[in-house]
Amino acid sequence: MLHYIIKRVLLMIPTLLVISMVTFAIIQAPPGDYLESYIAELESQGESVDKDKIAFLRQQYGLDKPLVQQYVHWLGGILQGDFGYSFEFDMPVSKVVGNRMQLTVLVSVATIFFTWLIAFPIGIYSATHQYSWGDYGLTFLGFLGLATPNFLLALVMLYFANVYFGTSIGGLMAEQYIGQPWSWDKLSSVLQHLWIPVVVIGTSGTAGMIRRLRANLLDELQKQYVITARAKGLPRAKLILKYPLRLALNFFIADIGAVLPSIISGAEITAVVLSLPTTGPMMLNALQSQDMYLAGSFLMFLSTLTVVGVLVSDLALTLLDPRIRLQGGHQR
Amino acid sequence: MDPLLAIDDLHVEFAIHNSKLQALRGVSFDIPPGQTVALVGESGSGKSVTAQAIMGLLPDNAHITGGQIQFANNNQKILDIAALPQDSRAMQDIRGGQISMIFQEPMVSLSPVHTIGDQVSEALFLHREIAHQQGLQLTRDMLDMVGFPDPDRAMKTYSFELSGGMRQRAMLAMALVCRPALLIADEPTTALDVSIQAQILMLLKKLQAELNMAVLLITHDLGVVANLADEVVVMYQGQILERGTLKALFTTPSHPYLKALFAAVPRLDIGPEQRLQSVHPIDYDIHALKQDHDPRSEAQNSLPHLQVTGLYKTFYAHQQGWFRRAAKANPAVIDVSFKIARGESFGLVGESGCGKTTLSKMLMRALKPDQGSVLYNDHGQQRDIYALDNRELLRLRRCMQLIFQDPFSSLNPRMTVFDLIREPLVIHKIGDKAYHAEMAKSLMHMVGLDPRYLRRYPHSFSGGQRQRIGIARALALKPELIICDEPVSALDVSIQAQILNLLKDLQQELGLSYLFISHNLAVIHYVAQRIAVMCQGQLVEIASREQLFAKPLHPYTQALLSAVPIPDLTQPLDFHRIMDGRASKPQSWPAPYTVNPGQKTMLQEVEPQHWVRQVSDSVPQRAQA
Repeated sequence: MLHYIIKRVLLMIPTLLVISMVTFAIIQAPPGDYLESYIAELESQGESVDKDKIAFLRQQYGLDKPLVQQYVHWLGGILQGDFGYSFEFDMPVSKVVGNRMQLTVLVSVATIFFTWLIAFPIGIYSATHQYSWGDYGLTFLGFLGLATPNFLLALVMLYFANVYFGTSIGGLMAEQYIGQPWSWDKLSSVLQHLWIPVVVIGTSGTAGMIRRLRANLLDELQKQYVITARAKGLPRAKLILKYPLRLALNFFIADIGAVLPSIISGAEITAVVLSLPTTGPMMLNALQSQDMYLAGSFLMFLSTLTVVGVLVSDLALTLLDPRIRLQGGHQR
Repeated sequence: MDPLLAIDDLHVEFAIHNSKLQALRGVSFDIPPGQTVALVGESGSGKSVTAQAIMGLLPDNAHITGGQIQFANNNQKILDIAALPQDSRAMQDIRGGQISMIFQEPMVSLSPVHTIGDQVSEALFLHREIAHQQGLQLTRDMLDMVGFPDPDRAMKTYSFELSGGMRQRAMLAMALVCRPALLIADEPTTALDVSIQAQILMLLKKLQAELNMAVLLITHDLGVVANLADEVVVMYQGQILERGTLKALFTTPSHPYLKALFAAVPRLDIGPEQRLQSVHPIDYDIHALKQDHDPRSEAQNSLPHLQVTGLYKTFYAHQQGWFRRAAKANPAVIDVSFKIARGESFGLVGESGCGKTTLSKMLMRALKPDQGSVLYNDHGQQRDIYALDNRELLRLRRCMQLIFQDPFSSLNPRMTVFDLIREPLVIHKIGDKAYHAEMAKSLMHMVGLDPRYLRRYPHSFSGGQRQRIGIARALALKPELIICDEPVSALDVSIQAQILNLLKDLQQELGLSYLFISHNLAVIHYVAQRIAVMCQGQLVEIASREQLFAKPLHPYTQALLSAVPIPDLTQPLDFHRIMDGRASKPQSWPAPYTVNPGQKTMLQEVEPQHWVRQVSDSVPQRAQA
């Protein structure tokens, strides 16, 4: 087992190296660089451009060097914890992202818990009461949630909140707390605002998870071992939690690999609509304006989270499911 | 003595698509304490529904519409199970605590993610107020009792690490750990090999005596009934046709259905000319399809149809470690050689995992052997099928076809019967659609199905009908050799006879050669003319049917034969002879059959046409088969 973990961790190194190359290639792929789009922007606004300043900046950031050298420089920086410099914000990337990261993680984690909290009871109910009115009703709601785009839901909620309550529900906290250090008042303001993005972002995920949980559980409920357990005299609720749910959990664990990166990047469009101070819109912006180090750091970070997430879910599956743990490596 | 369980005029109804289906129509019988009652009948007769009603495990769309199930519980109070809600506390107390059940499929009846110890002790902690340590100790004792060699280790194993027989033992332990007054065994050995079956039956009998419990044995195997039951209840279409003591029913069966059932069971003592009488006979017209077999010269026929020489196949289980890959060799087929004459039905018998299926795959070149050759007699020319190029192989495939074991998974549920039957013709680009339609009709007649069914999908057919569709598909290319891989083991006895008769007639009338693979000796005895016995990848004995059954020489063959339960009270299983799996361990065979690493064994002809695997120097050498 230890061998396996070490092997997997070592395997991550070449994987991430390749990812970093691809990432760098992608952020370099559009013609020009940040300075060129910066010049274009200035010129379109009718301002003059100081050629010397541009040349200085270009040299400063190493944009005049060959690509490979830029890549090595960038990668070397990352390995030392230096993620480079954001042109647009005019400060180090780590500082730009750091401020927003807390709130992003807060929103995402809250969303994930919201999803689980709602999806599990409903999924179990739907599966155990298949084709009942309750199941049909919840299924209908589920499809509705699945089919409604997040940003549309956000717009609808913004509209209704404004019309009926006269409040703006955008943002994550009342305006007076923005940029202020954390305090109890700020926290309570955040919590008051938090539920809207959580509901908006979490709805489709919840609906999807209900569907998947229901389908998985229905498969498991048919299995013979469930009858065996009933024949033992297990009460129904205990039985479902101990046997079929346990076996239906695999998909859920396997999902972690996808959930981790979405903590950082999830729901960009919704975040834009709700003007949330999270990292999603920032990343979008960085990609648009070719703010290469910021965009690159984001992409690298997401990739790392994906790779780590997959590792975590693989390890968790191994722990959870003895079939994987003990039958692994058998081949014909 | 008062009965432990008395079922009185029980009616159960299923609601299916707004219509009602009467599954049980007035079932009444008693189970006395400590006795074994066998419930006999084909699938769909209501045996399992009866058991589900007793356990309170009926599916949601089923309802008890009348009658009583009186159960004398451990306080000597009479409870009517039929009146108890299935999920009530009282019912939960009975289930697993006082009435337990074991199921047919040991492979799927246990949860794969919980340890055996967890699953066995669970019932104990549910029903008995007992300290944790003491409960675990009782669980260990129970595992010991059902024959786990190392109960401590068994507590921590998972079901998928165990063989089918061991899983069924674990199921037994789970059912018996609370010392129930009644055990319902629903086809407990149907999915197991004969020798394992005999062991489980023996164990069941022993535990029944030790725990003094009653057993309701549900089975379609009259051989099992003869060996275990005290009383027999025969069911058909939700009703009881006949009931009585074992002796009365077996010596003088009075109901025609029971008589028919007896006539449908393949036995080892029927003569070569005797036919099985199917309970549900079918009409089929074998000559519906004109076989335009090219007349073969005598010279061609003197060569074997299929000659297999020295086949070896080893599988490797990879164990990954640091910097090395240790491969554990699992020899699946070792030195297999035999010949099948043209028009001969050659039987191959052996237990699951002995390499039968690997062998059949190699004969079809679905797998490549490590060594050895398979020569196919192609119009008088012996051709090595491993040396053929793809085009030649495709042509030869028309001569060899397969009939599969599982009629449910071997037919694509999304294809109509017509598409299924003509698929081989399409693959081999034979004929146009009109010809296919013509062929399909003839083939349906051949296997006794109405050609109007051609537009239907497989799900609307019963298991036996599906198997006939599979046979029709195999015949579509007018093959010369058919490999039948356990064609009847998934079917009921009543259907089994019908399929066996069909296969036998096809073979004789069309002059087909068969390689008939089965684990059921009685089936092999009925169909095959010559028989090879396989054990752990090796053929241990090859002989004609008469020789093999009259004078089995190899200890493994003898053990197999002695483990077959026979539906005849005068030939009970000799439980003492059934060693705990020792007969299938080559190391424990007596000389000259014993297999040691240093000694080479080979098939030797001990009498004309009777080959037995022995240590090579024990008998003066004659040529190898």
